[in-house]
Amino acid sequence: MTKRLTCDVVVVGAGMVGAACALYAARAGLDVRVVDRGPVAGGTTGAGEGNLLVSDKEPGPELELALLSARLWTGLAEELGPAIEYEPKGGLVVASTPGALAALRDFAAAQRTAGVTAQPVEADRLRDLEPHLAPGMAGGVRYPQDAQVMPALAAAQLLRASGAVLHTGRTVTGVLRTARGAVRGVRTDRGDLHAPAVVNAAGTWGGDLAALAGARLPVLPRRGFVLVTEPLPRRVRHKVYAADYVADVASDSAALRTSPVVEGTAAGPVLIGATRERVGFDRSLSLPAVRALAAGAIGLFPFLERVRALRTYAGFRPYLPDHLPAIGPDPRVPGLFHACGHEGAGIGLAPGTGRLIARTLAGEAPELDLTPFRPERFDTEKGGTP
Amino acid sequence: MTERPHLAVVGAGPAGLAAALAAAARGVRVTLVDAAGQAGGQFYRQPAAALGARRPKALHHQWRTWERLRDGLDRQRSAGRIEHLTDHHVWCVERLTGDGTFGVHALRGPAQEEGVTVRADAVLLATGGYERVLPFPGWTLPGVVTAGGAQAMLKGGLVLPGRTAVVAGTGPLLLPVAAGLAAAGARVAALVESAGPAALLRRAPALAGQPGKLAEGAGYATRLLRHGVRTLARHTVVAAHGTERLTAVTVAALDGAGRVRPGASRRVRCDTLAVGHGMLPHTDLAETLGCTLSGTAVRVDAEQRTDVPGVWAAGEATGVGGAGLALAEGHIAGRSAAARLRGTAPDPRGWAAAARSRTRLREFAAALDAVYAPPPGWAERVPDDTVVCRCEEVTAGEVRGAVDRLGAADLRTVKLLSRAGMGWCQGRMCAPGVAGLTGCPLTAGRRPFARPVPLGVLAALPESD
Ligand SMILES: Cc1cc2nc3c(=O)[nH]c(=O)nc-3n(C[C@H](O)[C@H](O)[C@H](O)COP(=O)(O)OP(=O)(O)OC[C@H]3O[C@@H](n4cnc5c(N)ncnc54)[C@H](O)[C@@H]3O)c2cc1C
Ligand SMILES: Cc1cc2nc3c(=O)[nH]c(=O)nc-3n(C[C@H](O)[C@H](O)[C@H](O)COP(=O)(O)OP(=O)(O)OC[C@H]3O[C@@H](n4cnc5c(N)ncnc54)[C@H](O)[C@@H]3O)c2cc1C
Repeated sequence: MTKRLTCDVVVVGAGMVGAACALYAARAGLDVRVVDRGPVAGGTTGAGEGNLLVSDKEPGPELELALLSARLWTGLAEELGPAIEYEPKGGLVVASTPGALAALRDFAAAQRTAGVTAQPVEADRLRDLEPHLAPGMAGGVRYPQDAQVMPALAAAQLLRASGAVLHTGRTVTGVLRTARGAVRGVRTDRGDLHAPAVVNAAGTWGGDLAALAGARLPVLPRRGFVLVTEPLPRRVRHKVYAADYVADVASDSAALRTSPVVEGTAAGPVLIGATRERVGFDRSLSLPAVRALAAGAIGLFPFLERVRALRTYAGFRPYLPDHLPAIGPDPRVPGLFHACGHEGAGIGLAPGTGRLIARTLAGEAPELDLTPFRPERFDTEKGGTP
Repeated sequence: MTERPHLAVVGAGPAGLAAALAAAARGVRVTLVDAAGQAGGQFYRQPAAALGARRPKALHHQWRTWERLRDGLDRQRSAGRIEHLTDHHVWCVERLTGDGTFGVHALRGPAQEEGVTVRADAVLLATGGYERVLPFPGWTLPGVVTAGGAQAMLKGGLVLPGRTAVVAGTGPLLLPVAAGLAAAGARVAALVESAGPAALLRRAPALAGQPGKLAEGAGYATRLLRHGVRTLARHTVVAAHGTERLTAVTVAALDGAGRVRPGASRRVRCDTLAVGHGMLPHTDLAETLGCTLSGTAVRVDAEQRTDVPGVWAAGEATGVGGAGLALAEGHIAGRSAAARLRGTAPDPRGWAAAARSRTRLREFAAALDAVYAPPPGWAERVPDDTVVCRCEEVTAGEVRGAVDRLGAADLRTVKLLSRAGMGWCQGRMCAPGVAGLTGCPLTAGRRPFARPVPLGVLAALPESD
């Protein structure tokens, strides 16, 4: 006895990742509904930045996903460019010491073999690219594929373009399953939605959603602060950051690590971000964190010393223990698909993720091998599904 | 140095002054930190001494009370019990995790570029409130000022903002503003109040308990009459006109439900429009400290304590109710803080009189609040092309689109999707208007920096706190 279906797919989460899943699933011909307990982009998507980076990723599955996504972003930009404030401005990674520069150049060489465009920049050419950069840098690498969007607008516009029915202010409280355990929809605080497939795009709360379906997915929060300055005429042209950022992303340390990305925005303010701390869901202001951001940014661009910060905000990146997202069907719960845990790169990686999910939903072969992103990969080490 | 416990009071208006005096008289060392050049806050805003004000008394009520506070402050300063830091703009109050003491971070200097930190055992937030102004076509024209802005110009600089003024909006502040402008020689063409006189009568019980306040109101009314100021109750300004600057406003009559009565509008020529729709509490510092708010005000207990240990709040920051209420709350807060800092439980009997007037004045404020609500239909009257957020030049249509087309459902996402509230003022000005236009609840915006801070000041903060 089957209930009448509401739609083909329910996407839980109206953040960047849920929006991309909805868009590509709809374009694959599926009837999609998106449910969020808050507004659009009310989660981490509205509390982060919109760097679409390949520059900070070492060769491997995440970089492949980033390159796929970068291509898809270019296409999306043709459709929606100004509405999502897409800017293909490129990244500039600088090194302050010869040692750091050597490490950066090695890193870039490896990236090039994986398909990244990475152009070495000599010390005396840095200021051609960034006239206000601090003097005395050892050199850098330029990454033309790095780009930027305004994340909240991108999520909202992709959702709109998807044509999916959007239910905001509606919390998913349960995952409905058949006697055999397969997904047949979701329970919400305002009624059930019946569908044979559910996409978990609940970001930092993706572990809770998986648990509602009886599956374990250890998604944890990693706090980040961003500083926003007063609007300025464009003085920072690229996404500029110091080379220790690269080491930091893969770091396993719980202590504060900061190496800010500095960038100008279309609207004028300079964004400086972000810190990385594991402190749970603590939103309270950390002056040491913003102090470190300010100091790092002034180190790169001394003119910023007298520029005023108008605000600071914090968000919680969703991360999994191996720092890779969970993408694809969950073999433990037929009909459940995961698209969460993108840590500090969920904006950039969203289109690729959405495309891979749409392919698997439609029963087609995905463009990338999903093995590294398997949602059940944490079971083996901890001894099976709870 | 001294063994006396140290209290930092932020804000030197009626609440902060009363608190500082009460605490200093009870063995506490007080640092009074305020952004203004002189003590007094909104109500006792002082004409700068250098201007040689002719008759400041004519602009002030309760001049006696003010003199008492001012003399008290002078005495305690000479005795070394209060240090008054003027021109100090507090951008953040930090609770230090180690010992539970506080760092009050301020900016000073002509351009507010220099960082200073005051360390204290406890803090008392008396940061007052700011004016609510709702948008209408033409409200961004030069010549349109807030009611408080006009008052501040009168009291502080004694500059007459224009020759022919209209005072409009809603709330009890409009009366003293109109009276002040008239007394200073402006022609006040009309006082336009959207509340109806009948609404006031319905609140008679609460208002009747307030002979002093009513007398104050009556005094203003008499003065307005004397200056020939026309009061238009249940009317509203629907548009301001002019190309370079303000030349006229359109005033419309409202029906009993607060809607514009068709055909009942007229044009009034003026070069100044002072407009206000009541006050909202300043809660940025309290919120960043983690204090719980109730509605848009800082929540306090009977001793004026917030729910963060070591943090008191008093005056307009805890709810809008006038200078008398601010004085009563400040007094109680100062006494409570003094007792607690000395490790004793305060005896509320000592402040029974202040507690009584606090109860009375809060009831009065609640009654006024109900009377002076913005007219229900105001938001629908704002056309799509009216700029709502001045800093980022966002129109009413864009704000509405964030909700209707893009899926925003609260002020924060409206801001993210439309940029309304992202600029210099961080939504202090436009948030009430945006809330009204979108139907989103007006929540206090999270603003970790109460003032814009130079990055150099942030970078120079001590490394380990
Ligand atoms: C400070 C900071 C800076 C960052 N900078 C960048 C950057 O420059 N580039 C980049 O690519 N990434 C960046 N990120 C990371 C990026 O923001 C995230 O990876 C991304 O937003 C995750 O998107 P999401 O859609 O998975 O999650 P979210 O945006 O959090 O969306 C999940 C949604 O699920 C909803 N939800 C959860 N549970 C339920 C439920 N039970 N029922 C209904 N709804 C539910 C939530 O309300 C939420 O809206 C940054 C993050 C931070 C914190
Ligand atoms: C136009 C107008 C007319 C009024 N008329 C009357 C009237 O007739 N009768 C009446 O009873 N009341 C009147 N009021 C209300 C009265 O002014 C207030 O109720 C009273 O001033 C509140 O006192 P307070 O101490 O809480 O705050 P305020 O007087 O507002 O003082 C707050 C102080 O805190 C300081 N401050 C705030 N934030 C910071 C910061 N981050 N750093 C440093 N300093 C800071 C400000 O500089 C200010 O000095 C009027 C108000 C206005 C605006």
